[in-house]
Amino acid sequence: MHKLADIGLSEMQAEMADLAARFCTEKSPIEKVRALLDDPQGYSESVWSEITALGLTGIAVPSEFGGSGLGLAEVVPVAEHMGRTLMAGPYMDTILAANLINLVGSETQKQNYLPQICAGRTFALALSEAHGDWDLNHITAEAEAGKSGSVLSGEKRLVAFADTADFILVIVLQDGAPALVILDRQDIPNTALRRENIIDETTRSYSLNLDGLNISTDALLQSDTVDRALSELHLAANLLNAATMVGGTKAVLDLTIEYANTRTQFGRPIGAYQAVKHPLVDAWIGYEKARALLYSAAHNYNTTEAEVAVPMARAKAEAAFAYAADRAIQFHGATGFTHDCDAGLYRRRALYCASRYGDEAYQKHKLATLLFA
Amino acid sequence: MTKPTKQELTEYTAEADAWFAENTPRDVGFMLPLTFMEVGTEQQFDFLRDWQRKQYEAGYLGAHWPKEYGGGGLHPKFQAVATKAMQKHNVPITLNAIGTNWAGPLLLDIGSEEHKKKYIKGILTAEDIWCQGFSEPDNGSDLGGLKLRAERDGDSYVLNGSKIWTTLGANAKYMILLARSDPDPASKYAGMSFILTPMDAPGISTQRIKKITGEHGFTQTFFENARIPADGLVGAEGQGWRVAMQLLEYERGARAGQAGGIIMQTPDAFAIVDLARSTIRDGKPAIEDPVLRDKSVDFIIDIHAQNLNQSRAKIPGLNSEHPAGLMLMNKLVFSEQAREISQFAMTLLGENSAWYVDEPNATDGGLWARSYLNAFSATIGGGTSEIQRNILAEHVLGLPKDNTRAGS
Repeated sequence: MHKLADIGLSEMQAEMADLAARFCTEKSPIEKVRALLDDPQGYSESVWSEITALGLTGIAVPSEFGGSGLGLAEVVPVAEHMGRTLMAGPYMDTILAANLINLVGSETQKQNYLPQICAGRTFALALSEAHGDWDLNHITAEAEAGKSGSVLSGEKRLVAFADTADFILVIVLQDGAPALVILDRQDIPNTALRRENIIDETTRSYSLNLDGLNISTDALLQSDTVDRALSELHLAANLLNAATMVGGTKAVLDLTIEYANTRTQFGRPIGAYQAVKHPLVDAWIGYEKARALLYSAAHNYNTTEAEVAVPMARAKAEAAFAYAADRAIQFHGATGFTHDCDAGLYRRRALYCASRYGDEAYQKHKLATLLFA
Repeated sequence: MTKPTKQELTEYTAEADAWFAENTPRDVGFMLPLTFMEVGTEQQFDFLRDWQRKQYEAGYLGAHWPKEYGGGGLHPKFQAVATKAMQKHNVPITLNAIGTNWAGPLLLDIGSEEHKKKYIKGILTAEDIWCQGFSEPDNGSDLGGLKLRAERDGDSYVLNGSKIWTTLGANAKYMILLARSDPDPASKYAGMSFILTPMDAPGISTQRIKKITGEHGFTQTFFENARIPADGLVGAEGQGWRVAMQLLEYERGARAGQAGGIIMQTPDAFAIVDLARSTIRDGKPAIEDPVLRDKSVDFIIDIHAQNLNQSRAKIPGLNSEHPAGLMLMNKLVFSEQAREISQFAMTLLGENSAWYVDEPNATDGGLWARSYLNAFSATIGGGTSEIQRNILAEHVLGLPKDNTRAGS
C-alpha cells in the first residue's frame, strides 16, 4: 500500500500567509482587478515593485544569490492569497524560472539571473506549443547549432506576460534532445509576439514566433539535467497552480455566500433555500479538502511523497474551484450572467488554471500509474 | 493536569502500539460490524463487549477520564495516542459508543456527582450498554416535534409514548431519553427534559426491527406508564433541548471529551484497488480500465483529504476559519464516503455482486453488499445528510435558517 503524505506548517509558511493575506487584500481589491482588465500590461508596476521590495520573488532563492533561502512551501501561501484576490502578473512564472535556474543552471547563470530575479526582473515561460500536449517533453520548436550559437525555429504559445517580461525561458529541441534556453526580451522583435485572446481576462498571454532568433551558447541551461529540470518544473507549476486555485475557490465561495445572505426572493434570503445552501456546503467541503491536500503537498514538497501529493492537490483544487465558481454564476441568477459580476472573473480564471500543466483527469491518470503500480 | 513530556508520550505510544499489535483480534471467524450501529447478532455483541472491556482494562479507553469515576486520570494527549494506535491497527469498533462517546462526556461535563459515580465505570467496561431515545415514529429529523410524555410524580417520572431506531435497544441497560415534561410549552423547544432511563423499568418494552440488511440491530421502544426515578434528570427540568444539543455536539465531534476508541471504521480506499485488481473484465483485471482507475483515484484522494483535515484541525495555522468546521463536516463526509465506496465496490464486483451474506460464492463473505446497505444507517441516523448540510450551512457558512421550519 502506498504511504500518503502528512501535513504540517512551518513558522515561515505561517508568516508568509499573514503577510500575503494583508498585501493581496490591500493591493488587489476587486475594483483594482477590474481596472486592470483593459490595461495592456495587466498588472501594476508599482505593486510589482512592492512585491520585490518585500522579497517575495526571492523566497525560494538561496541567500547567497540575494534570496531568503526558503522553498516553494513558503511560496504556496503567497500564490494562494494572490489567487484569492485574482492578483495577476509575472509572479508564478518568475518563481518557477528561479527554481529551475537554481536547480540546473550553471554557477554563472545562477549568479547572473537569480540576483536579478530578487531585484524584480521578470521571467515568462515559453513551454506550450500548437499540439496542446501537457507533456513538457513533447517539443517541436528547435535550436539549430550554427557558427556562433544557435538559431531557433518554431512557435510557442500561451506565454504569460511575455511582452513585459525581462527574460523568456524557452524549451526547444537541440540535436533531438530537450534544451532550455533563456532569451533576453530585448533580443526579441515585437513582431515575434502576438497577444492571444484568452479566457482569463486578468492574464496577458502571447504566442512567440521563434523563427530566426539567434542565441549564444551561454543562453543554454545545462543539457544533461534537462529531464530532471522538466519534471521539477512540472511539479512546481502544478503546486503553485493548485495554490492559486485553492485561493480562488475560497474567494468565490465567500462571494456567493454573501450574495445568498442578501439577495431576497419570495420574502427570504435565497441562502435559506436548501436548493442553494446544500450545494454551497458541498462547495465548501470541496474547498476544505483541496486545502488540506495543498498544505500537505507544500509541507512535503521536498520529499519523494510530493510526486503523489502534488497531483492530488492539483486535481482536487481544479474540481473544487470549478464547482464553486460554476455555482457562483448560477446562484447570482441573471446578475451572474453579466460581465459586471465577479463570479464570471473567477470562473474564467478557474478555466484558465484548469488548462495549465495538465487538468484534473490528466493528474488522476498519472496518479493511477503511481498508486496502482 | 500536567502536560505530558515528549518522552512520556513517546513511551506511551510505543506501549500502546505494542499492546494493540499483540492483542488486536484477527480472523475472528465471522463478519465484524464496521460501526456500532451495525451490531446485528449476539455473537458480534458478545465479542465486541469482551473486546471493549479488554481495551479498558489495558488502560486504552477513558485514559483521560477522572480516576475517581473509573477513568485513567491521564492527560487527554494519552488517550489521543491510544486512539491513534487503534486506528493504525484497525481494531474492532467500540461497542458501547453511545456511552463512551456521547453520554459519558456529557455526564462528566454537566452530570451530577451521583451520575458520575453511578454510570461512568459501567460505560467504560461495557458492563452497562447505553442507547439513545431521541427519534420517534412521527419525529425523525424534526426532533423538536417529539411527543413522548414524561410526567413528574414526586420522585419519579411516568413515561408514555414510543421511541424508535434505538440502536442496541434490546441490549441496553440505560437510555438517554429526550421527553416532553411540559405538555403545553411556550415554544416547540421548551418543556423538554433529558432523563437517564433504566431500560429494565416495568412498562418499558422493546420490539426488534429487522434492518434492510436482513439483520437485527435496533428496536422500537415502548413506554406504558413506565415509572423511573427522577434523579436521572440531566440539567434542569424543561431544559432538555439544550442538553440534547450539547449531546449532539459530542456525537458530531464538535465538542471533545469522548472516551476514545473507534466507533466507525473508515473504508480503506486501497481495499477498492485490491478489489479492482481481482475483478476480471474482458479477461483483464478491472484495474486496467481507465474509467475505473479514474474513479478509484477519486476515492483515494477524497479519503486522504478528509484524513488530512483531521490532522490540520489540530494545527491552528492550518485549520478552517470556523474552528469546529472540519469536525462538524466529518459525519456528513465519512458517512457519504462509506456509502459511495461500498456502492462502487458493488459495481466493481459485476456479476459477483449478486451474491449476498452467507453465500459461499460471495466475495469477502458478502461484506460489500452488507456495507452498502448498512451505510445508510450513518447517512440517515444521527441527523440525515440533509440535516447535516443545514447545520453546516447555518453554523459554519453563516447562511440563514429556513424559516419555513416551524418553530426554528
